[in-house]
Amino acid sequence: MKQYLSFFRIRFVAGLQYRAAALAGIVTQFAWGFLSVLMYKAFYESNPDAFPMEFSQLVTYLWLQQAFLALFMPWLFEQDIFDSVVSGNVAYELCRPCDTYNMWFARNAATRLSNTVLRCMPILIVTAFLPAPFRMTLPAGWLNAALFLVSMILGFLVQVSISLIIYISAFYTVSAQGIKMLSITLTEFLSGAVIPIPFFPEAVQKVFNALPFASIQNTPFLIYVGYTGGAEAAIAVALQAVWLVVIIVAGRLLIGHAMKKVVVQGG
Amino acid sequence: MRLYFKFVAIIVKSQMQYKASFFMTVAGQFLVSFSAFFGVYFMFDRFNEVNGFSFAEVLICFSAVLLAFSLAECFFRGFDTFPKLIRSGSLDRILLRPRSVILQVLTSTIEFSRVGRFLQAVIMLCIAVPTCGVVWTFGKVMTLLTMVIGGMAVYSALFILYAGISFFTIEGLEFMNVLTDGTREYGKYPLSIYGKGVLSFFTYVIPVALFQYYPFMYLIGRSDNVWYAFLPLICIVFILPCYAFFAFGLSRYKSTGS
Repeated sequence: MKQYLSFFRIRFVAGLQYRAAALAGIVTQFAWGFLSVLMYKAFYESNPDAFPMEFSQLVTYLWLQQAFLALFMPWLFEQDIFDSVVSGNVAYELCRPCDTYNMWFARNAATRLSNTVLRCMPILIVTAFLPAPFRMTLPAGWLNAALFLVSMILGFLVQVSISLIIYISAFYTVSAQGIKMLSITLTEFLSGAVIPIPFFPEAVQKVFNALPFASIQNTPFLIYVGYTGGAEAAIAVALQAVWLVVIIVAGRLLIGHAMKKVVVQGG
Repeated sequence: MRLYFKFVAIIVKSQMQYKASFFMTVAGQFLVSFSAFFGVYFMFDRFNEVNGFSFAEVLICFSAVLLAFSLAECFFRGFDTFPKLIRSGSLDRILLRPRSVILQVLTSTIEFSRVGRFLQAVIMLCIAVPTCGVVWTFGKVMTLLTMVIGGMAVYSALFILYAGISFFTIEGLEFMNVLTDGTREYGKYPLSIYGKGVLSFFTYVIPVALFQYYPFMYLIGRSDNVWYAFLPLICIVFILPCYAFFAFGLSRYKSTGS
């Protein structure tokens, strides 16, 4: 356990060094956030009755999305892991006296977390004081706040475990460019990053909610804004936990199978 | 020009070495844009219209922007990797060769995998053209064409500007993404829905609205002002200051070594 913690720590501290990049990122995220709010505002004004939630709830959802982007973004992969599979350097990693799955898991999680630590606070603080239509609100209640925290952690781990599957698939396809792109698209769309899941038609929502991707950002954010609450929220959190276990087991089986027949490239 | 095609042929050959990955990337690109399409589709499924624009009308706007972006990206994305060229010192090698820098950067990478995005724009256009209710006279077809050409010019100029800035910052600037990827993403809707402030920013500072909003208004018959159809041509002029900035950066360039 200690070795994985130190992998985590090294990555985390390294990630914290990129402060200028984080600042540029924050500016970018504000711009994206404002444009999204304005876009939904236009839809809201065109047809307020069709809006599935309060407008202020949606605004809060959008700012949460921007603040915790790094935590959930499906396109965060460490390129050096893919490169090491192509170049053959992965052999050194495999020789290490620790589990490759856990090691990669710790690395991916740490990179996400350090990015988030740098970026989330300014966005959360500034947006809490913005004028009316843009302001971010507090959680819907104490219970929701508590569930939100648990749900955030679970959603974060689900996203990391999905990323891990993509890392492992590099053993099978060598160049992971294509599968990476496919996974990014699917995850983005099905997790509600393109448009929040409540904006889809009822039937489509049912399908999406049953898939693991809804467990990533959709569940915690909807709990925060109070769109889901009570028993419904508890079930959603339980579902997150189930998916987390399923995806981790799947990832472990895949890497186990890959290890048996791994061909190291290069010399 | 002949040299350019020779470079292109070599790049095609090299990318075809990883066939499976190439086609997966194309498929991925295709789906990436389709997720944006479905995003728009489901929004209209719920709301029917936005600021009076119908789904088919927005689709015209969306596909024109996407078409322009994908064409510009296919040929000018070489400038996207420009910060890397500077940091690694490869630019010095380019400067030593007796050919224009622009030509060499243009041909350093050509992303044919971006063809997925292009295909998708064409498909959307095929859906939108017959359903949007525009009577396709010669003038309207030309308007659509100038929108795409003007858009290509703006995005190419932005890619060049991005490269120019990286002479001074060495690192790429993430903020530039708002202008390129951002206007592609949010440009799927006519820019007026974001309000006056955003519209005038993209009219007078970065001329995105000149090829998107104004000619689009003429195209769908919201405006009778024929001059709106010619506005995209002004966008071509936007390349000049961007290129000038790039040239200025180049003249001040001191190698980064290694």
